[in-house]
Amino acid sequence: MPDDRPLIQVVGLTKIYRVGVETIHALRGVDLSIGRNEMVAIMGSSGSGKSTLMNQLGCLDTPTGGAYYLNGRDVSRMNARELAQVRNQEIGFVFQSFELLPRQTALENVELPLVYAQGGWRGRKERAQAALTRVGLADRMDHRPNQLSGGQRQRVAIARAILNKPSILLADEPTGNLDSATTTEILSLFRQLHAEGQTIILVTHEDEVAAHCQRVVRLRDGRVLSDLPIERDSAGRHLASQGGGVR
Amino acid sequence: MLNPLFWLQAISLAFSQIWANKSRAFLTALGIIVGVASTTAVIAALTGLKAKVLAEFESVGASKFFVFPDRPDNAPRNMYPWEKILLKTAEVRAIRDECTLVKAITPITEVGLDVESGDKRIEGITVAGIWPDWHVVQNRFVVEGRPFSQIDEDSERQVCLINADAIRELDLAANPVGESVLIGGRRFMVVGVVETTTARFFGMNTSSAEIFIPFSVAEKMQERNFFMRIEGLFSNPETALEGEDEVRFVLRRMRGIAPGELETFRVAAIDKFIEQFKTLAAGITAIAGGIVGISLLVGGIGIMNIMLVSVSERTREIGLRKAVGATPTAILLQFLLEAVTLCLVGGFIGIAFGRLAAFGLTKIPGAQLDQADIPFWAVAVSFAFSALTGVVFGMFPAIKAARLDPIEALRHE
Repeated sequence: MPDDRPLIQVVGLTKIYRVGVETIHALRGVDLSIGRNEMVAIMGSSGSGKSTLMNQLGCLDTPTGGAYYLNGRDVSRMNARELAQVRNQEIGFVFQSFELLPRQTALENVELPLVYAQGGWRGRKERAQAALTRVGLADRMDHRPNQLSGGQRQRVAIARAILNKPSILLADEPTGNLDSATTTEILSLFRQLHAEGQTIILVTHEDEVAAHCQRVVRLRDGRVLSDLPIERDSAGRHLASQGGGVR
Repeated sequence: MLNPLFWLQAISLAFSQIWANKSRAFLTALGIIVGVASTTAVIAALTGLKAKVLAEFESVGASKFFVFPDRPDNAPRNMYPWEKILLKTAEVRAIRDECTLVKAITPITEVGLDVESGDKRIEGITVAGIWPDWHVVQNRFVVEGRPFSQIDEDSERQVCLINADAIRELDLAANPVGESVLIGGRRFMVVGVVETTTARFFGMNTSSAEIFIPFSVAEKMQERNFFMRIEGLFSNPETALEGEDEVRFVLRRMRGIAPGELETFRVAAIDKFIEQFKTLAAGITAIAGGIVGISLLVGGIGIMNIMLVSVSERTREIGLRKAVGATPTAILLQFLLEAVTLCLVGGFIGIAFGRLAAFGLTKIPGAQLDQADIPFWAVAVSFAFSALTGVVFGMFPAIKAARLDPIEALRHE
């Protein structure tokens, strides 16, 4: 379904936390728009508002001010129940520490979003199997997380994230707990998914990871510092200068 | 709103949580197990006792009634002197002649007398004076000789009936009909041997030696103002209440008790005893219910505690479930279901133990609880209350889980 509007449109987004008597301005007016099938890295040091923005984009929280249109719907004024449904249908999360249920098999872990889906739970096994096959774990379906390597665990998490064919695949430091070889594997899996049409947002503080994206959004003090294509971003330049073969 | 897969996984998750923490779950559910087990055991014992007692009442006869002299409660002693309250033979006759719903009636007066046979002498045997209808009222007839007849009564014959124990104690022949014994110094001829009662009514009629003489004879051997009670049978247990009214009417009239004045006698039908016993049993059941209430309260607090621990242990899991789309309601229901499952498993084990205890009760010799059993309603109520405990005490932890902020939950260590 072609749509002229961007997939994600964030307008003047602010988020204020109150911790005791202190007021923290985590986001001070962020404008951002991300189109379908983009692969974007969100970067920033700790305290830059990077995590807060990710939570907003992932519909885990509502903003203090401003608006967030996801697929043309204003999700910034939704209640907890509506947000849960949006997360279920539109967002696939991948976390740094995988967040798999330890006593469930890979297949059961992948099925989890269907448990909370509204209808359409028939053929769940086939869908979960297809997702696991897609991430290259066709032969590990009945393994429990502790029988899998770190990279395999993250693949299970990615299979779970793409199960409901979400609008956004939102990955928060997905390679933070992985060694460099596995990091490369996982990042190339992201790139394959992107090549198949998946919109991906990677939240990271590593230039090497960001270098796999098309576009880099840098935050500082709750504002967008820069929003550039990878070729013009410092990360791209930095790696290019080192002769790092990126894309 | 929630699809079948949700329920399926929520139930299987609830069981797998219990299975994964077996010993913890068992200790947590112990309060409920003990509460349900003890209550069902008490109810089982009570059910057995009730069956036994009702059977005994039945054997005595549901249509049986008694009349006793009775001073009204709190009435001054001098207003109702005992000799005016005592039942009179004329009153028994009046009841016999006028009450259409009374099938059989007998006065019974007991006097302790010395009994001699040959060189054997027993002091203070209870000798009962009865009418011939006593056989009908008590449903006891003779195994040897003949029962009392109206002629024995009317002619004040010096005859007696004895039972097997009396024969043994007095060293009489196996069939003593025709032999004579000295009762209170008078010579009586044994005319029959009465059946030994099989129905024991709370120890009544268990006295070993029994000797019966015609009421008219006993009357002469008693003091001037002697105590007698009346035992009778209504023709139909269905009309026992009306029969009671008839008896009361006749007695009130004979005693000149004006309407509104207190009665100086008491008519008691077995029916009423049964009612009283049932009330008592219901009272004990209610107390047992109170005990289960308290133990479920204590057990419930344990459940709440362990569910709070569970919520805190699984905070990250809750965060993840929320991230993949679990609504607050879904999280709430899942934890509630877990608490209810834990309670129901506890209730199930409790009923199993209760059943075991009930079985044990039936094996206690002499306890007369061989019919002890847990009735279906007690099982149903135990399960219902266990589930209710789960809902009530699981609610607070479940709400806590449902309200967790997904971001905070995912950050939880």
